[in-house]
Amino acid sequence: MATATASIEPAPIRAEELVQGTSLWKDAWFRLKKNHVALFGLYAFCVIALLCLVGPFFTGYTYEQTEISLKASAPMEPILSRTETRKTGEPRKSFIALSNLEDEFLDKPEADRKAIVAKIAHGELYQEGRNTYRLSNQRHFFGTDPLGRDLLTRVLVGGRISLAVGFAATLVSVCIGVLWGATAGFAGGKVDTLMMRFADILYALPFTVIVILLMVMFGRNFILLFVAIGAVEWLNMARIVRGQIISLKNQEFIEAAISLGLPSHQILFRHLIPNVMGSIIIYATLTVPNVMLLEAVLSFLGLGVQPPLSSWGVLIDEGSRTMETSIWLLVCPAMFFSLALFSLNFLGDGLRDALDPKSSKD
Amino acid sequence: MIKVIVGRLLQLIPVLVVILTLTFFMSKMVPGGPFSAERQATPEVIAKLNAYYGLDKPLWEQYLGYLSRVARLDFGPSYTYQSESVTEVIARAFPISLQIGTLAFCIALVIGVTAGVIAAVNKNKLWDYFPMSLSMLGICLPTFVLGPILALVFGLVLKLAPVSGWYGLNYVPFHPMILPAVTLGLFYAAYIARLTRGGMLDILSQDFIRTARAKGVPDHEIILKHALRGGLLPVVAFLGPALAGLISGSFVVEKVFNVPGLGQEFIKSVFNRDYPLILGTVAFFGVLIVVFNLLSDIIQTLLDPKSRK
Amino acid sequence: MALLEVENLRTYFYTRGGIIRAVDNVSFSLEQGETMGIVGESGSGKSVTCYSILGLIPRPPGKIVSGCARFGGMDLLSCPKEQLRRVQGKRISMIFQDPMTSLNPYMRVSDQLVEPLLVHEKMRRSQALAKAIVSLEEVGIQDAASRIDLYPHQFSGGMRQRVMIAMALISRPEILIADEPTTSLDVTVQAQILELIKKRQKDLGTAVIFITHDLGVVASFCNYVNVMYAGRIVESAPTDEIFARPMHPYNAALQQSIPALHKKGQPLFTIPGLPPDLTIDFRGCPFASRCAHAADICKEQNPALKQMVSGHKTACIRFQRGEIAEVGLRNVVSAV
Repeated sequence: MATATASIEPAPIRAEELVQGTSLWKDAWFRLKKNHVALFGLYAFCVIALLCLVGPFFTGYTYEQTEISLKASAPMEPILSRTETRKTGEPRKSFIALSNLEDEFLDKPEADRKAIVAKIAHGELYQEGRNTYRLSNQRHFFGTDPLGRDLLTRVLVGGRISLAVGFAATLVSVCIGVLWGATAGFAGGKVDTLMMRFADILYALPFTVIVILLMVMFGRNFILLFVAIGAVEWLNMARIVRGQIISLKNQEFIEAAISLGLPSHQILFRHLIPNVMGSIIIYATLTVPNVMLLEAVLSFLGLGVQPPLSSWGVLIDEGSRTMETSIWLLVCPAMFFSLALFSLNFLGDGLRDALDPKSSKD
Repeated sequence: MIKVIVGRLLQLIPVLVVILTLTFFMSKMVPGGPFSAERQATPEVIAKLNAYYGLDKPLWEQYLGYLSRVARLDFGPSYTYQSESVTEVIARAFPISLQIGTLAFCIALVIGVTAGVIAAVNKNKLWDYFPMSLSMLGICLPTFVLGPILALVFGLVLKLAPVSGWYGLNYVPFHPMILPAVTLGLFYAAYIARLTRGGMLDILSQDFIRTARAKGVPDHEIILKHALRGGLLPVVAFLGPALAGLISGSFVVEKVFNVPGLGQEFIKSVFNRDYPLILGTVAFFGVLIVVFNLLSDIIQTLLDPKSRK
Repeated sequence: MALLEVENLRTYFYTRGGIIRAVDNVSFSLEQGETMGIVGESGSGKSVTCYSILGLIPRPPGKIVSGCARFGGMDLLSCPKEQLRRVQGKRISMIFQDPMTSLNPYMRVSDQLVEPLLVHEKMRRSQALAKAIVSLEEVGIQDAASRIDLYPHQFSGGMRQRVMIAMALISRPEILIADEPTTSLDVTVQAQILELIKKRQKDLGTAVIFITHDLGVVASFCNYVNVMYAGRIVESAPTDEIFARPMHPYNAALQQSIPALHKKGQPLFTIPGLPPDLTIDFRGCPFASRCAHAADICKEQNPALKQMVSGHKTACIRFQRGEIAEVGLRNVVSAV
């Protein structure tokens, strides 16, 4: 029987509406691209990571090469070469920072010293005994530390450690957190309550104290450091994952999938996990800066990374001790560190907006 | 209401017992025990400790002994301070940390909540971006970076505050408490500002704010009377973790500014392997945190009538 | 002299997706003590119209582009904020659709009830509280004195709506705007609330603007009806006229859609097509693409409301030109 409805004339559709359906990821990437601040965070972080990874090969210095004559030179301070001719073999060349040049001529009266230093600084050659002093082209971009080590190289290498700890500990915490949260979410009931009560109690404790305790009990080594950090940072991840699993469990599309006769592993992998992946990525990105902060605090207190390894935290600690005379030793690592934190936080915020625009955003 | 408080107080006890039990067993697990050869303990100290800990007695007796000692607030003697007991060390150092912590907390709350409310009310305008950018800066400038910088600027350059030592040698206008408290407080102010803004925005977008406007309620009353109560909930929930953070933060700040507070004692005790002091301090922190969480819970129930069931 | 006169109201929302013309040239007037209904689907602009009058439009992204709303000698749309605030809640009140979200869950009902009195009449709190208790009794809540200190979540849905009504009427306003007050309630409670509003209106002599999408409610409650579509008023008439002699195809189609009116066994009627995209500034009648009676001229000319018969206005251009004389309802049981 003919329906009473007239033929349906659709309202005019604009061209943009005729797109194919996009996937969650394409959608999210599109939204992320529009968020300039988050993009800046992404690029900045990639630059930092790249610098730390390959930079040390290009600076021309190693991070442990000490040279007292180069001690505590300011960034881009002129460096002089001292070539010592020897009776046998090649002349020996070493480098001195301009600020330390006076120490070479301590046997002379002050006026003479200053005159010689001024001459050399102007580019003139100066010869004394077997040594020839001349201005060189070498520079230290960030200056040097009290032992004459190039700060830029140290910062980049320290960055490797900080970033490595950051990612490794985040990985540990993601694994623990996802397992814990998924189990609690799936199981529900008493198991869930128990697991989350435990997590709640842990959440209120100071992470620093717990990590310190763990290190007191189990000794101090590098691997333990990031296991310990990972072991305290999983709480947020667990809570997020559990929340997601619970809300997904009850959603109708899961019921639909079940009613269509889909096997549970397919439901798990094709429906539940992809939806949770988004949150995992977001909170993993936001965990890395927290972990790095925790490591830096520990290193600053002297309880974290041990020499000869160094991280940004260690460098900042060293820098803060000599900040009255060589403030760059504090500022340069702090800058890198803060920038890394900044970028990751912005990126994480941006990811959160991109992957879940309905989340209560800022 | 009273019932809720009493109930939560009772819940405190099992948690406390758990914390104390954990610290006890940790002290047993520590490699080398209290009397390993590396300790520079004199025979008198060893004898004292033997008497206290009854190390020849079975484990459960030691445990009970430990609990009863703790109930009397006795954590044993400290290794490093041979004349002081752990309790005395804590009693000496804690008030200093408390002063700094309280001031830091007030700074954090006042600045944070104000900034957050201003940002929320001026959403997406200048007075939103400005406080929020500052707060992002605050979060990314950790205490151990900010502290030295502030010490440099205000201590050495401007000579307004004593840089090192609690008892400054020269007269300076700023009390030695101020710089450490500001360093600590600013970080949490940044965090609280973000939380407040989020909470307020959430509330301000709700229907009942529209109803209040339709009733002709003036703007400042809408914010203070209608929105703030709900908007502050995320901040109150954060109080527990905030205290935890203040404790960790105190380690850094007391090191940077050379303040003889409990944080510095704790770190020193770790380096010195002064196990009684370590564990005593940890137990003390644990108690503080539990009490604070209780307070936070109570305030939350006061603010949110739906949670009182 | 009408109590409230709205002229050429245009409220647009400036969003990233375009300019949403939520209210596009709306004019009406409300007499003292009258009950006016505004009917339309979601998105027709009925709520936005009233929010605009009462200053509840969020200023970005919304903007009142033109128009005036004359009330008590002032223009509500352009008067200083302080003046408007003194009208809100005191001389014009509003009740909203969902009483659970529209009452502040963090404040006691007593605090919320006395607020209009404290703000507008600067009463002492004890006095205001006494009045508040009386107002609760007037809306039929038992044990008002003890229940007034409860929180909104401790009341049932119907009772919460009563509280809203009490709150809106406590200052004895001259106009009450009711934005779909019964939509989120059970059917039995709906009838009670409607009766309550009717009764209070009679007691106080308040004029009521009743916003709804439910024609049945309109039939039982309102003197006068404005039918809105796509941000404009398309037909305007006394209630019995609206039903007896619809003069706009949209009105007729709405009534045709009422399921209860269909004889058993007949397929239900739906209006074909989709509501228009309000970001497009199209020419012609907004209903044309879905109208069974549309002609070429409907797509060209933008019709304005024109009075046809005393009190009965329509914006259908074909009606105005006399090309159509009536739009009957087919295959339906009598509507009354």
